[in-house]
Amino acid sequence: MEYILIIISAVFVNNILLAQFLGTCPFLGVSNKVSTSAGMSGAVVFVITLATLFTYLLQYYVLVPLGIEFMQTVAFILVIAALVQMVEIILKKISPSLYQALGIFLPLITTNCAVLGVAILVVSKEFSFGGDPHMLNMAQSVVYAAASALGFGVAMVLFAGIREQLDLSNVPEAFKGTPIALITAGILALSFMGFAGLV
Amino acid sequence: MAKESSLKNMVSTLTIVCLISSALMGGAYILTKKPIEAANIAKINSSIARVVPTFDNDPSSDVFTKELNGKSYKVYPAKSGGKIVGYAIESPTANGFGGRIVLMVGFSSDGTIFNTSVLSHSETPGLGDKMVEGKSNFSVQFKGKNPADFKLSVRKDGGDVDAITASTITSRAFCEAVETAWKVYQLCAEAQTNNENSNE
Amino acid sequence: MQKLRLIMRIAMNKLNLITKGIIKENPTFVLVLGMCPTLGTTTSAFNGFGMGLATTFVLTLSNVLISLVAKQVPDKVRIPVYIVLIAAVVTVLQLLMQAYTPGLYETLGIFIPLIVVNCIVLGRAEAYASKNSVIDSTMDGIGIGLGFTLSLTVVGAIRELLGSASVFGIKLFDADGMLVFILAPGAFIVLGYLMVLFNKFKSRIS
Repeated sequence: MEYILIIISAVFVNNILLAQFLGTCPFLGVSNKVSTSAGMSGAVVFVITLATLFTYLLQYYVLVPLGIEFMQTVAFILVIAALVQMVEIILKKISPSLYQALGIFLPLITTNCAVLGVAILVVSKEFSFGGDPHMLNMAQSVVYAAASALGFGVAMVLFAGIREQLDLSNVPEAFKGTPIALITAGILALSFMGFAGLV
Repeated sequence: MAKESSLKNMVSTLTIVCLISSALMGGAYILTKKPIEAANIAKINSSIARVVPTFDNDPSSDVFTKELNGKSYKVYPAKSGGKIVGYAIESPTANGFGGRIVLMVGFSSDGTIFNTSVLSHSETPGLGDKMVEGKSNFSVQFKGKNPADFKLSVRKDGGDVDAITASTITSRAFCEAVETAWKVYQLCAEAQTNNENSNE
Repeated sequence: MQKLRLIMRIAMNKLNLITKGIIKENPTFVLVLGMCPTLGTTTSAFNGFGMGLATTFVLTLSNVLISLVAKQVPDKVRIPVYIVLIAAVVTVLQLLMQAYTPGLYETLGIFIPLIVVNCIVLGRAEAYASKNSVIDSTMDGIGIGLGFTLSLTVVGAIRELLGSASVFGIKLFDADGMLVFILAPGAFIVLGYLMVLFNKFKSRIS
């Protein structure tokens, strides 16, 4: 079914991080431990999926009918900021420990390019998952968003695992920290390129 | 150092900021509406100019659509001195390696391909994107050919087109788009002859 | 004489605000901010340059606006206010680019609206513009933007050179280039190595 193709495409073929470069800042900043990476990815999946749902509705039921598509950037980022605020408040109430663990990374999800990026992508271009290119409907958009976020998580956790090992190895002084992380990410991206043409 | 965070202050500040921002954006929108439309038309016109012989009309405003196999295609007639010198046809295909490719294919009034131009694509840079004019000789081979005797498929499939190395899928999609454009052209040429005949 | 020296000193300080963005506080290689556009738009020197200029426009304008309103904004709503102002500036940029630089607008694609969440812009607004004068904030915006533009152009030039044997569209030698550098992995790798070189350079001159 098309949904499976959407998921495979978003997680492997067009990985939001390794192929489209969205979400690189937290990727480089958070991924030194597998546990924090997994936690952050979970939060990101949640926010991206909900955000895309709301921005999709906003785009097609408010912006387009009123002819104010140029307000898209402002409207979308406000929705995302509000959503993250809400998530923070809810998380504080239901799971204070998780809230503590995520710390500053939670509000930082607002500036995660992946969230705004995916929201804009699903309403801007036509997709073809093995068929004719078309604009996504709401269900497909939400699945695509969730799958993209999943791809982000997969890349982050893989990367964190590698970084944990790197920390224990002999890295030349000049390469320590961000440079070696970037080069490693490049090799990871190279390996994901092997999925090209799958869908 | 900032104002006190009372509810009244917060609401009033947010409202004022929203008003200022809306004014900024609305103003920019109104100012740029015409230039944006003009830029869009200029883009289409320049791609039309690349693919048909010299014309003196405004193909964008003379555009009409032709139906083929349930899909409609935009046709831009190019005229010189009132006579049609060629047709530029927008031909999309979904079968590119990276998805959708849209070509503008121009035919002269003698039925040959005058030139082709890529309007949009998502092909791999350095591989499939060699189909873009200037990046390789791929698109040059279509110039001046009459699809009636130049088979529009890659040599691998028994046709006359030299594919781009390592980009067979892109080359195939390109040929498909040109073939579709040719079919649409034939419909236009037919309609044109019928028109001329009925006008005599 | 004293007044002249004073004026010269102030001018040098202001000039410093601009030049610090190039090396000491280079957003790409030192602050490691704004990575998404750095990786995504540097497929050629021209694209990197264009993106840098676009970001500089937003950075400067938003710095000005925010430093103007900072004192009037209650602390609790400052982040939403900054975001709205930045988003408005980005929208203005989008409209201007669509009208006057449509080719670049299409090439940069989704990265233009993404300037809104470019950590550099919000970061600068919060860390500098909200606490300094309008003039200082303007200079700071221009300075950091300049550093960003320089970085993007250099990364773009190297990727373009290695990937298609050309720079700014001018073919330098008649070879095909190593494709991988224009594709995703190349972006990460080039940036990584450039960072090493930059750090070595920086430690040598300080």
